[in-house]
Amino acid sequence: MSFLSLGYVLQQIVNGFILGSIYSLVAIGFSMIFSIIGLINFSHGDILMLGAFSALAFIAALHGSIWVVFGMVGIVGFLIGIVIERVAFRPIRSAPQVTGFITSLAVSSLIENLGILLLTAQPRSFNIPDYLNKLLSFGSVSFRMIDAIIVILSTVIVITLYLYTKHTRIGMAMRATAQNIDASKLMGINVNRVIMIAFAIGSALAAIAGLMWGAKFGQISPLMGFLPGLKAFVAAVIGGIRDIRGAVLGGYVLGFSEVLFVGLLPPDMSGYRDAFVFTLLIVILLIKPEGMLGREEEVIK
Amino acid sequence: MRDRFLAGTYSVLILAVVSYTMNSMLNDYHLTVIEFLGIYVILAVSLSLTNSFTGLFSLGHPAFMAIGAYISAILTFPPMRKAIMMPALPHFLANVQLPFYLALIIGGMVAALSAFVIGFPVLRLRGHYLAVATIGFMIIVQVLITNMNSITRGPLGINGIYPYTNIWWVYIWVVVTIYTVWRVLNSKFGRAMLAIREDEIAAESLGISLTYFKLLPLVLGAFFAGVAGGLWAHLVTAITPSSFSLPLAFLLVVMLVIGGKSITGAVIGALLIGVVSELLRPLEMATQMYGLTQIVTAIGLLVILIKRPGGIAGNKELDLVALYRGLRILR
Repeated sequence: MSFLSLGYVLQQIVNGFILGSIYSLVAIGFSMIFSIIGLINFSHGDILMLGAFSALAFIAALHGSIWVVFGMVGIVGFLIGIVIERVAFRPIRSAPQVTGFITSLAVSSLIENLGILLLTAQPRSFNIPDYLNKLLSFGSVSFRMIDAIIVILSTVIVITLYLYTKHTRIGMAMRATAQNIDASKLMGINVNRVIMIAFAIGSALAAIAGLMWGAKFGQISPLMGFLPGLKAFVAAVIGGIRDIRGAVLGGYVLGFSEVLFVGLLPPDMSGYRDAFVFTLLIVILLIKPEGMLGREEEVIK
Repeated sequence: MRDRFLAGTYSVLILAVVSYTMNSMLNDYHLTVIEFLGIYVILAVSLSLTNSFTGLFSLGHPAFMAIGAYISAILTFPPMRKAIMMPALPHFLANVQLPFYLALIIGGMVAALSAFVIGFPVLRLRGHYLAVATIGFMIIVQVLITNMNSITRGPLGINGIYPYTNIWWVYIWVVVTIYTVWRVLNSKFGRAMLAIREDEIAAESLGISLTYFKLLPLVLGAFFAGVAGGLWAHLVTAITPSSFSLPLAFLLVVMLVIGGKSITGAVIGALLIGVVSELLRPLEMATQMYGLTQIVTAIGLLVILIKRPGGIAGNKELDLVALYRGLRILR
């Protein structure tokens, strides 16, 4: 296959879609939590890790359909989100924003090192049932069954979530709280409940993304959550962190640009991929800190 | 004025006597621990310039340390081994071998320069955005070091660095760092930094240049972080890119949060965390429970954040002058 042929580019675009779908799901969680309480939840990536490990356990224990596993992992993430919010973030909610950030660093370190303690730092292989590894080919483009599931499932989740925040009572309460938390309290919205649900949903999506990450890259470890978590944050910032749509858009933009950076530049540049991602973050923060879909606001002084 | 001078002189003399005693009485292991504690103090006090006194939450200290460590290690390395281990070094670096103190200072200055370059764009950002941008910077530095194989030996790191670092080098720099930070805080620079911490808009409307007074603590802090990185490199004698990453940044932040927002607090935090992790390390090895130290630190941090958000020392400083006067009266 010649370099830069149409087929090669199409294949890279497909890869970008897959990676972008995963980033989007993680970025949504960042966006939901940030827009409501202004917290950058650094432990979000570690929930992805917990999701991946519980997925491995469920696959081994259930032998069932992958959809059941997806559902179970989602429930696990949902519950973890509730616990973390209750134990770590609710007690310091009235403190300055930086305190919240430091708290999330502590939670992250706690989860990672408990993981190392209980599961060892050794990466383990993430095996999925054979039928999911079946290769589907369309012309010069090919991908695995699981890749198709990743893209379709995350699209469905994103659309459902968007409709949920748009049309249900609790979704509307969520958007109201994001706009003005004090006014929402005065209107009789149970703000504690809204925040808890935001954490729960965000964490459920991160856990599901963990399953996808494991299935795509075939290897998981207790420290795996750090980079995808941080990159998903970058994605949310690129798209506009205050809006779920922005987070999704940013996820795909980041997924595409990362894949294209590796795919279209000479191979000896590919080691610099992560440096590229964070340079992109700093550049975006400089020229359009509110993100692609965001409105101008209090990002800069 | 005279009291202040005498109080300072006596403190340094006492520190020197204590160092001398420890140097001659302790075994190598304990001496290494004492040197590590000193390096932690330099790191925590220099980080407090931005994080405690200017209200800029930076996590970039390990990046500046890495720069200082690699630069100073390359500068003190014998040229004959450089030719084999780092073939792509530019000519002027390949043939020099500098004395330790000069290598430390140059390492610190390059770290400060990098802080200056990165500071301009990044310091316009608010609180948590700044934190993430500095993590980004840390990862960029790490990726660059990992990939520049023929200069930094990539993920293998540089080993066989000559162990120049001893208790004198470390504690001379501890004194220099604390004295510098104390002088800065008690000058118009320090007052401007505190004003920015309390209220940026009010500070700016009083004519304080935000760019200048945010860059100053970042650049100065980076200088000392670079020096500390150099001391570190010549203490452990082997450095890899992963030595300078997020867990270290987290540890430094924990020191400041637990200690409190003062120089005294930073010193207390650094010593406390340093001692606790040294005590837990043998336990961790013996019980095979790796990660225990970080778990204890993280839980300790959460408890402090919830129960005593000001840290142990709060805003208070240990007043050496008052202490000196008190002792004189007693006599």
